[in-house]
Amino acid sequence: MDLRFRDAEPTAEERAAVDALLGAPSSAWDGGDRTEFDLRFATQAPRVARDRRDLLLPALHAVNDRVGWISEGALDYICRRLTIPPAEAYSVATFYSLFSVKPRQARVLHVCTDLACAAKGAEAVRRDVEERFGPPGVSWQPSPCLGLCERAPAALAIEAGDPPTNAVYGPCAVGQEWPATTEEPPVEAAVPQAQPHGPATPRPVPAAVSSPAPGSGSAPAPGSTLGSDLGPAEGSSLGSGTISQTGPDVLPGDGGRSPGSGELVLLRRIGVVDPLSLDDYRATGGYTGLRRAFELGPTGVIREVLESGLVGRGGAAFPTGRKWEATARQLDRPHYLVCNADESEPGTFKDRVLMEGDPFALIEAMTIAGYANGCTLGYLYIRGEYPRALKRLENAITVARSRGLLGDDILGQGFSFDIEIRRGAGAYICGEETAIFNSIEGFRGEPRTKPPFPVEKGLFGKPTVVNNVETLVNVPHILEMGAAAYAAVGTSSSTGTKLFCVSGTVERPGIYEVPFGASLRDLLDLAGGATGELRAVLLGGAAGAFVRADELDIPLTFEGTRAAGATLGSGVVLVLNDTVELPGVLLRIAEFFRDESCGQCVPCRVGTVRQEEALHRLSKRRSEGDLLLLREVGQAMRDASICGLGQTAWNAVESAIDRLGVFTAKESS
Amino acid sequence: MSVPLRPPRRLIEITVDGEAMRVPEGDTLLDACQSAGKDIPTLCYGDTLNPKNACRVCVVEVEGARTLAPACSRKAEPGMVVKTDSDRARHSRKVVLELLGSSVDLSTTPNAKEWMAEYGADPARFGEDAATVAEPPKVDNDLYVRDYAKCILCYKCVDACGEQWQNSFAISVAGRGFDATISTEFDAPLTDSACVFCGNCVEVCPTGALSFKNEFDMREAGTWDEERQTQTTTICSYCGVGCNLTLHVQDNTIVKVTSPHDNPVTHGNLCIKGRFGFQHVQNVASDG
Repeated sequence: MDLRFRDAEPTAEERAAVDALLGAPSSAWDGGDRTEFDLRFATQAPRVARDRRDLLLPALHAVNDRVGWISEGALDYICRRLTIPPAEAYSVATFYSLFSVKPRQARVLHVCTDLACAAKGAEAVRRDVEERFGPPGVSWQPSPCLGLCERAPAALAIEAGDPPTNAVYGPCAVGQEWPATTEEPPVEAAVPQAQPHGPATPRPVPAAVSSPAPGSGSAPAPGSTLGSDLGPAEGSSLGSGTISQTGPDVLPGDGGRSPGSGELVLLRRIGVVDPLSLDDYRATGGYTGLRRAFELGPTGVIREVLESGLVGRGGAAFPTGRKWEATARQLDRPHYLVCNADESEPGTFKDRVLMEGDPFALIEAMTIAGYANGCTLGYLYIRGEYPRALKRLENAITVARSRGLLGDDILGQGFSFDIEIRRGAGAYICGEETAIFNSIEGFRGEPRTKPPFPVEKGLFGKPTVVNNVETLVNVPHILEMGAAAYAAVGTSSSTGTKLFCVSGTVERPGIYEVPFGASLRDLLDLAGGATGELRAVLLGGAAGAFVRADELDIPLTFEGTRAAGATLGSGVVLVLNDTVELPGVLLRIAEFFRDESCGQCVPCRVGTVRQEEALHRLSKRRSEGDLLLLREVGQAMRDASICGLGQTAWNAVESAIDRLGVFTAKESS
Repeated sequence: MSVPLRPPRRLIEITVDGEAMRVPEGDTLLDACQSAGKDIPTLCYGDTLNPKNACRVCVVEVEGARTLAPACSRKAEPGMVVKTDSDRARHSRKVVLELLGSSVDLSTTPNAKEWMAEYGADPARFGEDAATVAEPPKVDNDLYVRDYAKCILCYKCVDACGEQWQNSFAISVAGRGFDATISTEFDAPLTDSACVFCGNCVEVCPTGALSFKNEFDMREAGTWDEERQTQTTTICSYCGVGCNLTLHVQDNTIVKVTSPHDNPVTHGNLCIKGRFGFQHVQNVASDG
């Protein structure tokens, strides 16, 4: 590789930002000043640097965080430091929507215009912002879902500087001020189940238990007071369907926790513990799962996960145990773990709530997954729009490391494992399980062709297990309560509890945890029902499907929604009442896929554009030809696209036409 | 032409369109289908490159699979049952051709017209307002032209410029989705980039988006006529490597230089001298 640079020089600030990440350059070969001495010897630097291509994305972040955009001089300097061809670095920088290669203001306001916010009047906010701040791209830009759906319509300001700062707004209103700093509500405000008496009442922190020894079963049940606090309607509707299936409420060695009783499992610590405190976490049963894992050994852990029936919560519902089994037995080393926290499906915010409210649980879960799969390094890939979750995870990792729960010889068991955080930079596609590898490795976040599958050739070409945040967070609970007890919750093919992201025109939007098997009606009741006349519910997000108001008895299980021709996806339950214009919702979905298509394959790259164009025409006048066109393009996207994005880009539109009668004779408006 | 020997490979059995056949392990479905005499359209597949399988025009149906498989890169597996001409596969090929035809200028893409007719593709159905990638050709040097209105983003030029052949990495894909284009850093002119003007990207371009300046000018002037061209393969005289050159001659003038893709020395690639350094051959003093 013979790199050629143009003459652009970085500013002192840009250079400092990159050097803060990579350290000072050791020689001219490494991008430093050229001295007489350097010209005499070629050092190892370029070859060493080339192996750190994965630092490209963090380096781009460093400049973007400090200056607000990436100039040619900054890009060239990064390229010199990491021995990357400038054309390639430019292609990576232009892939992500949070980066700009054109000058812009240090402070950029990202106004969410996606589904959940649109249902709550985001369009008016966007227009207001445009009137006040001018055309998008300089000081503000419209944004896909920010994962703040319980506060819709929401916005996020990112201000470059040293250090960069953020402010989160929501619910936004027309004419509001956009102060430089905001007081963000506590994470438990997104979990109505955690505060049945109103948002202001914090739950009492349960008495700390002094000895979180393995198997002591000493963790209190923070949710134990909760069941009775639920209104009679919620309590009965949930309980009747599920308690009977779950067997004994009190499980051996479990201190009385049982998700079947309607208590919170995954959310039990949200709003109860201090998310920054490891002691709080351990006092509420934290790290019991890891101790149990060490007792069981790696194969024992995998057996438990297999027997628990846990399937992936990111949307694809693949059995986690089978994935782990396949990864663990690969002979090629090292094995990698990737935690997919690039939660970007419109209407999804469960992983944010888990990471903000119970970050140590994810760290423990990743450690267990690393142990079971024979990994020594795990990557936590978190979307760039989650500043608070990022901060809390960084703290959790630092604290865990300092207390011997990450690093060498964890808990004296001779197992070494560490976690590196990688921030996404605004690309939905990077949540795809192979695109996430390319993104981490410093390439464009384009999905790879499968086969080979990640369990054989994943991150850096090595066997890799990729799991969603919610999936992983289930694992410590499985180990604590035992596979049999876990599998007893829910239905036979959908075990355990599930987090649902309820948003849109609903009384109490937020994250709800219910055992699999509850119906959509139960869930909506729990959330206080729809505001206004319920028109439709979008299940599974933009890649999901609509169901009608008369289909609320659909059981919220993987098999139940599949039988009904819908999907659980990532747990999105977007409620739309009759004030929301469905053609506008479909257009937003189409726009989302057009914006987020990586552009690699033709069916998706052009098909999503044609889909949006046809929907634009249809929203003006009905046309059989355009409906046929949508179907034909949709079928080709589903059949011939490389990855799940293109394959599902037509799902929601199709269901709106077929089930809700949008654009067809059944539609009266 | 010598053909490099490969170690013998195990044969595996697959079924293509109802007929059982045995193919060497490691072959792609495209290899298998071609040896069975099936005609499968390809665009981003190149005989000298690892396919990116981005164009999806070669999709076939594999029994039991949820989605269609790109024949160019899916390896044959024992027991696979492949349908090359099923309704699903034909439908996807038709729509892919329509999507390309409606957004990209395919006027210089070999076979495009025939495939459109074969699959009944009608790119005009998306209406006159359908978005396209139209932009004026980039003419920033004397050797080759980049006309990205004809670009289907097959990545072949990027791969040929990068790690698969030239290792210059002068171009890559910039932007995302429909707005993605092939670009140098900050869209700098080629003359400022890492381009070494080997022309190997032009060699692999399947649509004519990249063309030699000479050919581009002649096409503009309406004098380019492949019917009147002869091809003569010879050996490059610039250095001792011994690359094969194929001289394309029209009206007793060299108009283009390529190299045979099956040549074991070049695999179709050349350097700037072999590719572009032919003018001295035909600089005849006008007064004799």
